[in-house]
Amino acid sequence: MEYLKKYPKLFQWLFLLVVFFALCFAIDVPETYKFIRGQAEFVKDPNQSVYFFLGKEVRYYAFDVFWRLPPLLGWLPIWINDSLFFLMNEWMPMEFWNEDTQEFKTRPILLQISRNLTAFMTFLIELIREILLGGLETIVAFTSWDFIDAYPWLELPGLPWTIVAAGAAILSYKLSGKGLALFAGLTMIYISIFGQWKPSMQTLSFILVAAPLSFIFGLGLGIAAYKSKRVEKALYPILLVMQTMPQYAVLVPALVLFGVGDHAAVIITMVVAVPPMILLTILGLRAIPPEVIEAGRMSGCTNWQLMLKVLIPTARRDILIGVNQVIMVCFSMAVISAFIGAKGLGFNLLLALNQLNIGLALEAGLCISLIAILLDKMSLAWANKQTDYFGNLTFFQRNKNVIFFATSFVIGIILAYVGTFIFKGSFNYLFEIPHNKGISTADFWNKGVDWIFDTFFVYIKAFNTWLIQDVLQPMRALYLRMPAVATLVLAVGAGYLIGGIRSALVVAALTLFIALSPWWDRALVTLYMATFGVVISCLIGFTVGTLCFQNKKSAAFMLGVCDIFQTFPSFVYLIPVMMLFGITDTSVLIAVIVYATIPATRYTIEGLRSVPVGLHEAATMSGVNKLQRLTKIEFPLAFPHMMLGINQTIVFALFMVIIGAFIGTEDLGQYILKALSDKNGAGIGLTLGICVAFIGLIFDNLIRTWVEKRKKHLGIA
Amino acid sequence: MSETVIKCESVYKIFGENAKKMLEESNGNVDAKTFQERGCIVGVNNASFEVAKGEMLVVMGLSGSGKSTLLRCISRLTDATGGKIFIEGQDLLELNNKELIELRRNKMGMVFQSFALLPHKTVVENIAFPLQIKGTKTEDSINRAMEMVKLVGLDGRENYFPRELSGGQQQRVGIARSLAVEPDIWFLDEPFSALDPLIRKEMQDEFLRLQEKLQKTIMFITHDFDEALKLADRIAIMKDGIIEQLDTPANIVLNPATEYVRKFTEEVPREKVLIIEDVMDASSKDNLGDLKVSKDEIIENVAEKILTQEKIVAVVDSENNIVGSIKPSKIIDTVFGGRKNGS
Repeated sequence: MEYLKKYPKLFQWLFLLVVFFALCFAIDVPETYKFIRGQAEFVKDPNQSVYFFLGKEVRYYAFDVFWRLPPLLGWLPIWINDSLFFLMNEWMPMEFWNEDTQEFKTRPILLQISRNLTAFMTFLIELIREILLGGLETIVAFTSWDFIDAYPWLELPGLPWTIVAAGAAILSYKLSGKGLALFAGLTMIYISIFGQWKPSMQTLSFILVAAPLSFIFGLGLGIAAYKSKRVEKALYPILLVMQTMPQYAVLVPALVLFGVGDHAAVIITMVVAVPPMILLTILGLRAIPPEVIEAGRMSGCTNWQLMLKVLIPTARRDILIGVNQVIMVCFSMAVISAFIGAKGLGFNLLLALNQLNIGLALEAGLCISLIAILLDKMSLAWANKQTDYFGNLTFFQRNKNVIFFATSFVIGIILAYVGTFIFKGSFNYLFEIPHNKGISTADFWNKGVDWIFDTFFVYIKAFNTWLIQDVLQPMRALYLRMPAVATLVLAVGAGYLIGGIRSALVVAALTLFIALSPWWDRALVTLYMATFGVVISCLIGFTVGTLCFQNKKSAAFMLGVCDIFQTFPSFVYLIPVMMLFGITDTSVLIAVIVYATIPATRYTIEGLRSVPVGLHEAATMSGVNKLQRLTKIEFPLAFPHMMLGINQTIVFALFMVIIGAFIGTEDLGQYILKALSDKNGAGIGLTLGICVAFIGLIFDNLIRTWVEKRKKHLGIA
Repeated sequence: MSETVIKCESVYKIFGENAKKMLEESNGNVDAKTFQERGCIVGVNNASFEVAKGEMLVVMGLSGSGKSTLLRCISRLTDATGGKIFIEGQDLLELNNKELIELRRNKMGMVFQSFALLPHKTVVENIAFPLQIKGTKTEDSINRAMEMVKLVGLDGRENYFPRELSGGQQQRVGIARSLAVEPDIWFLDEPFSALDPLIRKEMQDEFLRLQEKLQKTIMFITHDFDEALKLADRIAIMKDGIIEQLDTPANIVLNPATEYVRKFTEEVPREKVLIIEDVMDASSKDNLGDLKVSKDEIIENVAEKILTQEKIVAVVDSENNIVGSIKPSKIIDTVFGGRKNGS
């Protein structure tokens, strides 16, 4: 009894767990039940039950409702699909003037809007692509093919790679200094020499369109949300879901709305990249000291002047960090959107992975990672750069970077011209190194992979078998035996214990959505893979973080490593694991672990760092040793922040699990991938995406609520 | 005194959702406790006063006393919940947004506790900011800003960024910025509170020098009673949103209106605050000594001279007419006596 009074929470938790396990054992799996029957409702079978919703027929296998709730939301994907098709093909037909055929044509308004948007995006991408690579689409867009035939010299020649390299180096120098300039130059030369120029520039042009557009929209919406509570309230749930939504899932509706190609990829990238921009804009504007705003008002600013001259410049750093985030999201989307036909490095990477040509995949992956790191460092340098005073400088000093660039531009053109004489008849290497003429290390890597397989095959295979048979299969079986009702009770109970009624209701709604969708089994498989990844990641992350924290230098080094790893587009992680473990669940899980360890490590170090110095000194003066200090002072205080790390770890793990479907796992991701090639996939893809997002949000809600309470309790809110 | 510049008539500021309705129901009888029970916080409670042209009113109060809120009502950075505020006869609360911006651009300047400089602009650009907002040509505004830079003694640092300046220097920029448009009314919200004691004293002296030259109408907010005594023409002492006493420094020290005010005055060295006129007796012609002191002298400065006299000392006005007299014992009484009564 005394213990009960002392630790009431502990007993509540124990009680909850007992109830959960009792329910698990009490509810038996029906004998006729076959696991992973997600798409039951689309197959006709006399044993199925049927229900109608809004005139839609939904079929499912009926079981004991305690074991598995009927997929009452089965109509949702079908309904989404039908509405999309209706909107695109039938809703509000209007007459539009068709420029090509010179006549009016009747088209649904949404289709017309989508086509116009598509045309606009295509134009933008082509424009930048042609500046970097040459071509004539843009000029044709303004004139006609006949015009080009008459004046063939109008075709844009594209920039020689030397000029782009010099430009990147000079810009890096201006933003950060010699180190970054050197890195930029080397990266560009590497890309060129290894024959990746064309796909790299395609990817770059994609990002140069997607990132600025996302920035503009994100900034605009962020400002709107800052100014109006109503806009913020409307945006907030969307932002939350988008933060945890796997990027795969949004591809599918985009396919229906905008078709296949770079333009669809840009639009969908904007959908993914705008939310972080909005969040950081709001964050930055909120962080402005109220007195600065008052000072602006007392200076007689109108609302516009206040926004443009006071608020945005003061929040500059956060807004530019938002730009950095946008660029990073664009890179990861540049790869993923290769699924819907975006050209560039991502496309090559996917192709190579599909053909199991690890060497080629590695080259493409390395290139995209290098460009990602470069742009990441450049945008961060821009964010941290403080304005300097230029008043007293001479003309040369003020414009030296422009002059340097102009000079290198001229030199580049001269070099390219000279090149036409040196490389007569063959390719002009001073202009652009074509794909097949560059140095390729693909063979080397492929041989390496073969060698690894030949040499270590036995061990890898043994490890693989052990992991799958003795760890993963049993774990998976256990997870699959979780009855829907028991899970619901566990989730709601945890919600209630952590955050009271409100949290319980939110969590219940999220869980119920997943339970009522046709994919409960798949969700459990997703959850099992994610849990496995998260547990191991956290173990590694906490250990590594704690160890690195003992020394200032190693801590800074580790954070730097985390930074670099985080800039890799998520797909790149699949390359090395496929190299080592082939196409198995093990590969996916290892990729998940590597990817999810980043936030676990980072948050551990940051959390430990945030423990106030005063406390350190107080502890030292009380005579604690290192271990005591760690367990009695640093861990308890850093724990809330570390929990936020776990939150991030879960989101990262879910992302990777879904991406892992590319290798072939049996979770929700597999269906998302399937939906991509399905004409009626939009609804399914979106609903699946929401399911994954909701899994993330359940944990997000619980962890955040707990952390807030705990921080308040500790007084470090 | 001369014409009134700022006039407040029972100004209320109450935070909370139904503040306006509750204020109307209360008939001007606002009790902070009952309001708080219903989810409202009283910031300013029935403030009425006037500030004359060229006068410096210091509002003194501890944190949470509503002094900053009062200032923000008068600059209309927040809208007062009830009451009327007149700026040079204009009803402030009736102004539309455009008129308000006009008023701020031409008549008002404000200095902030945390300096509130724009981090991306240099010293001179910060000072020129209000002018540029107004639409002054860049060259003119920079020229004017350079004058202000000289006025506050920052010449040579005009191209520094705020991050490169010390606190005192940053506040000089803040002061220069608030003065750039040559406002008639000058609001200062705890301008020296964030500074070190030595710098604070230096800035106070500098501020007095500026005011001597400029003769603005000033509302000065502080939580430092000594600062209030040093600077003020009149002091308003606030507690829980209510103005407890509004009077000249001497009267506050000599006749504190409430127990709360008296606690502040206890530790004040009177000889540094009071002038001879405050403590002199009515004129008596007989038995006057040779020594004459001006009635406007601060006691501390002449105490030694008076105490060495055996006779009663004559007090004269600026035209050397005898207006009163003072006994040496009276000085001793003022310096030591008052405090004994108090404790």
